[in-house]
Amino acid sequence: MSEASIPAPPTGPVPWGKPLAHAMLADMLRIRRMEERCAQLYGEQKIRGFLHLYIGEEAVATGALRALQAEDNVVATYREHGHALLRGVGMGAIMAEMFGKQEGCSRGRGGSMHLFDRAHRFFGGNAIVGGGLPLAVGLALADKLTQRPALTACFFGEGAMAEGAFHEAANLAALWQLPVLFLCENNLYAMGTALARSEAQTDLCAKAASYGIATQAVDGMDVVAVHEAVQQAAQQVRQGNGPLFLELRTYRFRAHSMFDPELYRNKAEVEAWKTRGPIHTYTARLKAQGRLSEDEFLALDAAAQAEVEAAVAFAEAGTWEPVADLLRDVQTPQGAGA
Amino acid sequence: MMVRRISYREALREALREALQQDARVFLMGEDVGRYGGTYAVSKGLLDEFGPERIRDTPLSELGFVGAGIGAALGGLRPIVEVMTVNFSLLALDPIVNTAAMLRHMSGGQFSVPIVIRMATGAGRQVAAQHSNSFEGWYAHVPGLKVLAPATVEDARGMLAPALADPDPVLIFEHAQLYNLEGELPEKVQVDIRSAQVRRVGRDVSLITHGGSLPKALRAAEELAAQGIAAEVVDLRVLRPLDDATIMASVRKCRRAVVVDEGWRTGSLAAEVMARIGEQAFFDLDAPLARVCSEEVPIPYARHLEEAALPQVPKIVAAVQALMGKGQ
Repeated sequence: MSEASIPAPPTGPVPWGKPLAHAMLADMLRIRRMEERCAQLYGEQKIRGFLHLYIGEEAVATGALRALQAEDNVVATYREHGHALLRGVGMGAIMAEMFGKQEGCSRGRGGSMHLFDRAHRFFGGNAIVGGGLPLAVGLALADKLTQRPALTACFFGEGAMAEGAFHEAANLAALWQLPVLFLCENNLYAMGTALARSEAQTDLCAKAASYGIATQAVDGMDVVAVHEAVQQAAQQVRQGNGPLFLELRTYRFRAHSMFDPELYRNKAEVEAWKTRGPIHTYTARLKAQGRLSEDEFLALDAAAQAEVEAAVAFAEAGTWEPVADLLRDVQTPQGAGA
Repeated sequence: MMVRRISYREALREALREALQQDARVFLMGEDVGRYGGTYAVSKGLLDEFGPERIRDTPLSELGFVGAGIGAALGGLRPIVEVMTVNFSLLALDPIVNTAAMLRHMSGGQFSVPIVIRMATGAGRQVAAQHSNSFEGWYAHVPGLKVLAPATVEDARGMLAPALADPDPVLIFEHAQLYNLEGELPEKVQVDIRSAQVRRVGRDVSLITHGGSLPKALRAAEELAAQGIAAEVVDLRVLRPLDDATIMASVRKCRRAVVVDEGWRTGSLAAEVMARIGEQAFFDLDAPLARVCSEEVPIPYARHLEEAALPQVPKIVAAVQALMGKGQ
C-alpha cells in the first residue's frame, strides 16, 4: 500500500457520554501500556518464545468487546493479549502467563499465544492461523441447538482468509444460519506478506459476501466506528438471521513478532499510518469536544501504568509449577467432568 | 442370557441410536450421514428417527465440520463426528491434533473437549491407494487423544457409550472390512475402553493385533493349532493408551510374540508395541520379536497386488513358524 492511499485520520465528534468515552480510552491505554511493558520484558528475557504485539490495533478489540455480552463466546488469535484483557482476564494473570508462571491464566502451559479463560467464555488464544474459525462455528451451533441466546465473536486476521478454514467456516455458518460474528482484523500483512501479494481478491468483504453473508468494512483505527459497527452487527446476529462479517481495517505499528526484522515494509509507511494512531486521534477528538482534559488523560494513563506495574509484580512473585506435575492437564482427571 | 446374532454395522447403529435416545446433547454430524444413510450404511434410518438437527449432513469440509464438532463440544454438546474414512481425516488433522488434543493442556486444564470422532479405516476392497490407508497408528502418537479400534460386534456395540462418557476426545476406527462381520451379541453389553483382550488363549506365541487384522490373526491361530502350535491372540482394542499389562502377561506366558498391524512397517503401531515388549519383557522372550505389517507401498488397486501388500493369514503363519524354528 502506498502512503498516498492511507486514509485521513479519523475525526469528528464522539457520540458517547463521558463515562463510556473515557472507558474506551482507558481500555486502549491499558492494552498499549501493557504491551509496551511486554516488549521491554522480552528484552529482559522475562518473556520468551513468540510475542505478537497488538500495538496500533487497539481500537478494534476495544470497540468490539464493549459491544458483546457476558454470555457471548469469544475466539481470538495469537495476537490476543488485548482481547483477553478486555474480556476480563486479569492483567496479572496475563502477565504471569507470559512469564510462564503457574499463576498465569493458562497455568503457564500456554504462554502469550494461548491465553484462555473459561469464566469469561474466552476460548483462546489460537496459534494456527484460521484455527479458531471452525471452533467458532461449533460454539455457535451448540448455542443454536440448545437455544442459548448468545453469539460467538471470532477474531482473525486477513491472512486467515487465504486458509481453507475461513471458507469452510463461512460456508457452514451461512448454511446453518449460525450466530457467528466474523471480525476480520485486516492489518494488511500476513506476517510479512502484503494482502495484494497473497490474495487474488483483495476485497475481503466480497469474499465473505460470496457465501451470502452480510458484510461491512470499518475503519479499525477509529474506536467509535468499530464500536458502533460491532454493536449493530451483534444486534443483527442476535436476531437469529445467521452470521455477519466485518472487515476492520487497521495497522500493526510493531513488527509481526519479536523475531521480525520488518524487511517487507518501509518506515515511511509505518510513520504515515501512525498519524492514524487509534489512541492519539481519539484523544484529540475528545479534547476538541471538551470531553477530556489533559489532566484527565494523564490520570487514565497513570492508572494504566500502575495496573501494569502491579501485574508485573504479580508475575514476578509468581511460582514455577513443579516439574513433577509435568503430565497434568493432558487428560481430564477422572470424575472431573468436562 | 439371550444371545443375538448381529452385524458389526447393526451393532454400531444400535449404539448410535441408544446414545441419541439417552442424551439430548448427543448429535451425529458428517458427510452423508443423513439422507444417504451413511457411506457404510451405519446411520441408515436415524434421520427419520431423530431429524436433521441431530443427524446432520455436512458439506465436504472435513476441516470445517471436525473443527465445528470441537467447538460444539466446548459449547456443551456431545458431538459424534463421522469422517467418512481415515484418508479424508488428513484434511482435519489440524483441528484433531492442534485443537482437540491440545486444548485442555494449553488452557491449563480449563477446557476439556468431549468429542467422539468415528471413521472407517483400512484396505482390502480394491479401492486403491487414497482410500486404503491405516493411519490409526498416527493418531495413537498424540497425547490428549484416546484411540479405539473395535474389532468385534460386542465392541462395535459397546465402545460408543464409554467414549461419549469420556470428557476428552476419543477417536473410533472402524475397519471397512468389518462392517459385514457377524457375531454373537450378549443381551447385556458392557465393555471398557481401557483394556486389551485375549480373544483366543494359547501358550506358544502371542499374536498381538487390532481392528481388521483380528479375524486374520484368529484364522492363522486355527491353522497353527492344526500344526500343534497354540497361538494366543491379543486384541489391542485401545491403541492409546496401550494396555501394557495385558500385552506383557501374554508375552511372558508365551515367550514369543508376533505383532500384526495393517499400518506400514516403518514407524508403525507394531513398532511401538514391540519396543514396549523389548523394554518390559526382554528377558522373558525365547525368540526375537516379529511383525507382519503392510508392505511399504501405497496400496495398489489390482487384487493380487493389494493382497500381497497387506498382512494375510499365510504371512502370519509363516512368521510364527519362523519364530518357532528359532525358538525350539
